[in-house]
Amino acid sequence: MLNLIIIGFFASAFAPLIYKRTKKYFGWIAASFPLYMFISFILKYNEIASGKIIKEAISWIPSLGINFSFLLDGLSLTFVLIITLIGTAVFLYAGSYMKNYEHTGRFYLYIGVFMTSMIGLVLSDNMITLFVFWELTSISSYLLIGFNHHKESSRKSALQALLVTGGGGLALMAGLILLAQVSGSFEISALYDIHDKIVSSKLYPAVVILILLGAFTKSAQFPFHFWLPNAMEAPTPVSAYLHSATMVKAGIYLIARFNHAIGGTVIWQDTILIAGTITMFIAALLAFNQTDLKKLLAYSTLSVLGTLTMLLGIGSNLAIKAFFIFLVAHSLYKGTLFLVAGIFDHKTGTRNVSMLGGLKKLLPVTMTAALLASFSMMGIIPLVGFIGKETVYSSILEVENFRFLLLALAVISNAFVVMVTILVGIKPFFGKLLPTLKPPQEAPVKMLIGPILLAVFGLLTGLFPNVFIQKLLDRSTISILAEELGITVKLWHGFNYVLLLSFVTLLLGIGLYYFRKQILQILENLSLSNYLKPSFWYERILNGTLSFASLQTKILQNGYLRYYIIFIIITTLGLTGYTLFKISGIGSLDITTDLTIYELIIGIIIIASTFLVITSVSRLKAIVAIGVVGFCIGIIFILYSAPDLALTTFAIETLTVILFVLVLYRLPKYLQFSNPGSKIRDAIIAASVGIFMTMIVLLVTAGEMQSELKKYFAEASLAEGKGRNIVNVILVDFRAIDTLGEITVLAVAAIGVYALLKLRLKEGDK
Amino acid sequence: MTFLLAILVGVLYSAGIYMILRRSLVKVIIGLIFLGYAANLLIFAIGRITKGIPAFIPADSEKLVEPFADPLPQALILTAIVIGFGVQAFAIVLFKRAYQTVGTDDLDEMKSTDELKEDKQ
Repeated sequence: MLNLIIIGFFASAFAPLIYKRTKKYFGWIAASFPLYMFISFILKYNEIASGKIIKEAISWIPSLGINFSFLLDGLSLTFVLIITLIGTAVFLYAGSYMKNYEHTGRFYLYIGVFMTSMIGLVLSDNMITLFVFWELTSISSYLLIGFNHHKESSRKSALQALLVTGGGGLALMAGLILLAQVSGSFEISALYDIHDKIVSSKLYPAVVILILLGAFTKSAQFPFHFWLPNAMEAPTPVSAYLHSATMVKAGIYLIARFNHAIGGTVIWQDTILIAGTITMFIAALLAFNQTDLKKLLAYSTLSVLGTLTMLLGIGSNLAIKAFFIFLVAHSLYKGTLFLVAGIFDHKTGTRNVSMLGGLKKLLPVTMTAALLASFSMMGIIPLVGFIGKETVYSSILEVENFRFLLLALAVISNAFVVMVTILVGIKPFFGKLLPTLKPPQEAPVKMLIGPILLAVFGLLTGLFPNVFIQKLLDRSTISILAEELGITVKLWHGFNYVLLLSFVTLLLGIGLYYFRKQILQILENLSLSNYLKPSFWYERILNGTLSFASLQTKILQNGYLRYYIIFIIITTLGLTGYTLFKISGIGSLDITTDLTIYELIIGIIIIASTFLVITSVSRLKAIVAIGVVGFCIGIIFILYSAPDLALTTFAIETLTVILFVLVLYRLPKYLQFSNPGSKIRDAIIAASVGIFMTMIVLLVTAGEMQSELKKYFAEASLAEGKGRNIVNVILVDFRAIDTLGEITVLAVAAIGVYALLKLRLKEGDK
Repeated sequence: MTFLLAILVGVLYSAGIYMILRRSLVKVIIGLIFLGYAANLLIFAIGRITKGIPAFIPADSEKLVEPFADPLPQALILTAIVIGFGVQAFAIVLFKRAYQTVGTDDLDEMKSTDELKEDKQ
């Protein structure tokens, strides 16, 4: 498994290069990559179906319990097969669809990275590995939504998707880390045995909320659903792949994966149930007034995602079965319909349903795929969607509380979905041929294989469910519920209550379709969609964050040098001062005074000159006083055995004074800008720094000093450096590279000084 | 003497910080010079001071025996003094140039580069 993931990333990286050489056939080459993955995993089918779980791991940061550990069981195999099968269809399809786009090679790079990360995500057994792949899918989704980056709406939608899913990702990370703290392990499979310990922990509600935040944002559950319809800005293959079949199901996968480990409690089940139900219903209503093919499909996808979440929330054996069948069915038919929508867009130049009609004769093959997928989506026998819808209804009928409310909401939502299906998958082919921008013609083979493949799979799964999904279903329910259900999947259950519900749904949907203009009128009068727009809140929060950032910048980056310095000083004083006195206290300080009279005099001169500099109103006086301070320091160096320092100081002080006088003699008056208040404030700050530094010197010198280097230099100076003045030997021999650096700095400064003095500004440059 | 040095370090740091907080650019440069002195004395003092025994190896001897002044802090300070001079010289000339260009010595009138542009999107 690990090698497949590594191969996946490598292959994606080379996609742009290969694309350049094989533009014409690239669709086929690209499709062989997910197909290869599909075959590699389908070969493990029997092993998994017989109940084995394949594990693989290599250590990453073993000391923290973070490893690249992967696990293939029924649940992950199902997802991997969906990802790679639809990937095959989409990659091939894109070879033709993306032909006229710029940077198609880059497109394949992104989508290849996405597919590999998605596979990694569903295979990860380690929470941190899972999180890394989770974020990778968010990032590749961002790049793909914004693929038409010259369009502002694309960029905005991409950013919105990234902020929503990325924000959820942060919550997820926090949740996973908390979970690992509670459980003591990052391995998901290690959680199963300690379910009770986790559930009874104090942190459990926080863990649930954070993990569900991650799942809900990713799977676009209410109130985070708004990013998904906007993500339809992406090229159609992306919408078909990421935003209906795979990535948006990652959140649902996460819930399913953790259901066994941390689920089963009231807070877990109810939160999921409520969020799912609301999403299912609201998305179906919002689909109603859409006319864009992709938007219609996006809202119906949302409704399905809500249904899937709701089923996990119900959590009964039958609900999990329904979840599983519905998941497979939806991936197959929705993938097909998205690809069909792309064909319409490509071949007729429009995605507006009201402008499409009568294409039956012109696009016969597309129609076959579209009709198969539509019947599946509407829940018509004998397609897999029929089984899906049947099991959904029968699992709702088992619920104890609010059964009829749930049932009513589900029937209404499904009726809306039926209406959407008729609009997208059936209406464009029948009726009068409407004029289109481009003369409609049948799509090329590359664009047809994908939809046909998926649609036929949907048919076969419906006809022979025991062959296609029975065994995987069994193994998946073990992963979700930790028990084998032993239920069989059948197409036909006979005439019963559930069949009646399916029939009612269908009729209701057809009714909605025929009376949609009238109903639209009523809905518009209610102006429902305005109330249901959390994107309003998204805008609010986004703008709020931006203005907070600029406010903060205005405060911190205010343009006044002294405030910057005050910030730095006070922070330093606070932090180091606190640490220093916490560690050492103001204990025994060596305040012995072995002063001679001339030392005292020098000290007094330095202090007096310093005050003179500060208080002087004459610049020249101040400069001279600085010189005095410098020379006195030089004398201190002489007294305390540092003749080299003294020499240097004398030379430098002389130069500084001369430079100051030369440069500054024609300068403005030595002005007093500050007011008395700020002087007092600055004096207090300056005095605290001074006292702090004095304390540091006293504290440090109170201790003993053992310098190995002192001894080393004393012995090695003559022997190795051939010099008797040790300070000089250190500078030019032991630390010669340092001295070279110093000379370089001086040279650069000299060049700078020269340039500044010589620079003649033109009038206009001032 | 260490005690006196500690006091001097404190005084010089205070003077440096106080001057660097002024609005006049000349004073800021003076503050910079003071901070340089203060840092040099700080290193000197915490490297332990020794009176009257520089780190010279006598002509008739192969190596130096204790007591003698630690040469390492001195080497560090020597570097610092020279670099400090480079900084001062550059700052003084830069200041002169800025004054010629902007026409003021007041830092508060030179803050336009740090101001947040409202109309920028």
